[in-house]
Formats: sequence, structure tokens, C-alpha cells
Amino acid sequence: MSLRNNRAVLLAAAASVLLVAGLTLALFWAPEDADQGFSQRIFYVHVPIALTAYACFGWGAWKALRLLWTRESRYDLESYTAVHMGVIFGILTLVTGSIWAKISWGVWWTWSERQLTLFLVLFLFYCAYFMLRFSVESGPRRANLSAVYALFGVALIPVSFLAIRLAENFIHPVVFTRDGPQMSGSMFFVFCVCLAAMLGLFASLYTNELTGKRLDARLRELREALE
Amino acid sequence: MTTSEKYVTAAYLVVLAVVLLYVILYSFKLSRLEREVAELTELAQRRRAA
Amino acid sequence: MTYFADVAALARKDILLELRSRDTLPAMLLFVVSALVVFHFSLPSDASATASTGLLWIALLFTALLGLGRAFTAEREQRVLDGLVLAPCDRSAIWLAKSLGVMVFLGVAEAVALPAYALFFEPVGWELVAAVLLADLGLAAVGTLLAAMAAASRARELLLPLLFLPLVIPVVVGGVGATVVDDPGRYLGFLALYDLIFAILSWASFEYVVAE
Repeated sequence: MSLRNNRAVLLAAAASVLLVAGLTLALFWAPEDADQGFSQRIFYVHVPIALTAYACFGWGAWKALRLLWTRESRYDLESYTAVHMGVIFGILTLVTGSIWAKISWGVWWTWSERQLTLFLVLFLFYCAYFMLRFSVESGPRRANLSAVYALFGVALIPVSFLAIRLAENFIHPVVFTRDGPQMSGSMFFVFCVCLAAMLGLFASLYTNELTGKRLDARLRELREALE
Repeated sequence: MTTSEKYVTAAYLVVLAVVLLYVILYSFKLSRLEREVAELTELAQRRRAA
Repeated sequence: MTYFADVAALARKDILLELRSRDTLPAMLLFVVSALVVFHFSLPSDASATASTGLLWIALLFTALLGLGRAFTAEREQRVLDGLVLAPCDRSAIWLAKSLGVMVFLGVAEAVALPAYALFFEPVGWELVAAVLLADLGLAAVGTLLAAMAAASRARELLLPLLFLPLVIPVVVGGVGATVVDDPGRYLGFLALYDLIFAILSWASFEYVVAE
């Protein structure tokens, strides 16, 4: 048990170091972008969070697949925690993306930003995941339903992205031109540090959240045994 | 600070705020768990005494 | 070939049941026509043809939801689903049979809805019919699986739309796109892709949804 505790503490420490390093680098050290100036720096926070959210959903789907494969109940909690983290990072993606839209184009929301629209669809999908979990009694049935739904989620990601691209042909958005990030080497380095930081944050939060949920479950069992 | 700088800072602060909010909510959860452990320990001791 | 025999038997049962009780299909027909009339009143006078196309697809989606909401109620009310699951047939046969039944109901509803739409709004082209048929496959496949999930929950009628709508956004895009754009081939191809991916996924995972 103490080995697991040590791992959790190490993860948290590593995540903290990476986060502080990444944010400092992003705000102070990274070179100023020629086109967008200071506001480009939001990229170092928005994109790593978005990628981490995808990683969360992917991890949740992997654990879901393991559940259906092996029928071991622990995977249910792991999948659920991953999706939970994914929704938190998803909210952050939408908020930071909205701020980016405000900076770049002066509006708080734009449908022409494909990533943002995709995230909105996924956000709705995974919120429904929680509705599903809350309306089914806990047990293997709920675990199976959640797992199947999580798998549908990752299938939805590429299909939705394709759909959004296709939709642009007849939903005429206000066309915003934006130069793709021409990242110099040092910019890319800062981006990688921030990405590692966000992934580390996910790993750390995931571990803690999972421990908490397992404790919850064990305490419930104890209570039932004693009463 | 220019407007865009304010927004960028706001974005970073939002991320920080959400993480700190999570920590606060989690500490509530931890104190609830502590309370439950205390209750269950009492229950177990009463059981053993009986 | 007992698999397809099972599917045929189950699908026949559902359709016969509906023919005898006549509760779901008339409701779907009435709903879709009422919805179209409501849309007439909700569209401003300078609305384009494309706007009414979008509304037709919304009407079809909600008609599908109506039909799907009833897909498993009969079983649940008589606890037949447990019996079906214990039956010596592949569980996915249940999914296939139900989906076929849903597709038939949707087809009948659309046979009424599309002429009504042509009457009230715009003439209906072959692209719309093709898109609707392709969309039916996807809606039935995904909807049947989600209806089984919702049937297992406490919230049933509340849960199904929440699960259904995000997943079928690509169908709406494909359907409206095929109707509106000059070259509908890409959108029809996309609908076929959606149908393929999600039909396979639904077929493979249905047994986990109904298992205890």
C-alpha cells in the first residue's frame, strides 16, 4: 500500500514541477509570435488541455474495452474516472477555446472553429454518460452499459470531426483566417513541456480520484458488513 | 496590460482556478471519508464489545 | 442459417404485434405531420428552402425517437426481454430484428412525411429520398442499442433523447448536406460510412447491453 502512496506522491510532484515549468516558460521564455503577439501564448494552455481531454476519453475507452473483455469490475471505476477527468478537461478546453476565440476574432463562440465544435458535441455526449450512470443501479449492468457507451464515444470522435468538416459546405460560417502555428524550435519545446504538464496533471488527478472512489466503495462494503 | 494580454492571463487563471476548485472539492470528500471511517470504527468496536 | 431465421422470426413478431395493437405507428405518423405544420408557423416568411430541409430532418429525428421509445416497452412490460435473452439465439439477433422493425416503422412514417413535406414546403428530390433511406439505417442501428440501454435504466423516456441526439448529429449533417449541396455523393457516402461503423459497433456490443 505504501508503494502505491509513493507513486501517487511522485506523480503529483512531477506534475507540479512540469506545470510550473511549463507555464513559466510559456509566459516568459517562449519567443513572441510575429503575427499574433502575446495572445498567441494561449495556445500553450488550450491545445495541451484539448489533447489531454482526448487522451482521457481514449484511456476511458481502453479501460472500457478491458472491462468487456475480462469482466473484471475494477475496470469500471477506472473507465468512469477517466471519463470524469475527460469532461473536466473538456470544460477547460471549451472555456480556453472560447477565450481564444474572443482574443482572435472578438466573439465568445464561433462555429467555424472545428475543434471547438467537435468538443461541444463530445461534451454533450459524455455528459449523457453521467446521466446514464446516475439512472442505473450500480452493479455489472451499469458497468457494461457505461463501457459500451464509452466505446461509442471514441468512435464518435473521428465521425463527428468528418461531419463538422462536411457541414462547413452548407453552414456558411463567417470565414476567419488564421495562420497555422508556424512553430519555431523553442516554441515547440515549450509546447511539449506544457503538454507533458497537462498529461501529468491528468495522471495525478486520475490516481487520486481513483483512490478516493475505491475508498468510497470499500467503506460502503464495510458499512454493509457491519450493519 | 493590453486587452489580449488580459485575456491570455484570464485563460491561465481559469485553468488554475479549476484545478484549485477540484482540490477544494476533493478535501471535502476526504473529510467525509474520514467521518465515515470514524463511524464505522465505532460500529465495529461496539460489535466487538457486544 | 438459424441466425437469420431467428432474426426473421423476431422481426415478424414485432411487426405483427404492431399491426395488431396499432399504437406506435399511428402516433409516429400523426406526430411527423403535426411537426411539419408547426414548422410552417415557426419559419419566418423569408426563410430559405434549406431552412425547411433542416426542419424536416429534425422532424424525422424526433419521430424516430418516438418510435424507439416504444421499441422495448412491450418486452419490458411483460418481462419478455429476459426470456428472449435466455433463448438459444445469438443476442445480437435481437438487435438486428429490432433494428429491422424500427426501420420498417420509420419507412412507413417517411412514406407519409415526405409527400406531406413536398405538399407543404419544397418538392422532394431523389437525393432526399436516398439520404433518408441511408439515414434510417444509422438511426435504427444506433437507436435500437440506445433504447435497450435506456430500458435498463430508471429514467427511460428521459434518457433516450439525451443518449441519442449527440450520436446522430453526423446523420443530420449527412442528410441535410445531401439534400442541399450540388454534389450529394460525398454526403451520401458519409452516411453510408456512419451506418457501417455504428451498425457494426451496435451489433457487436448489444449482447453486453442486455446481459445481466
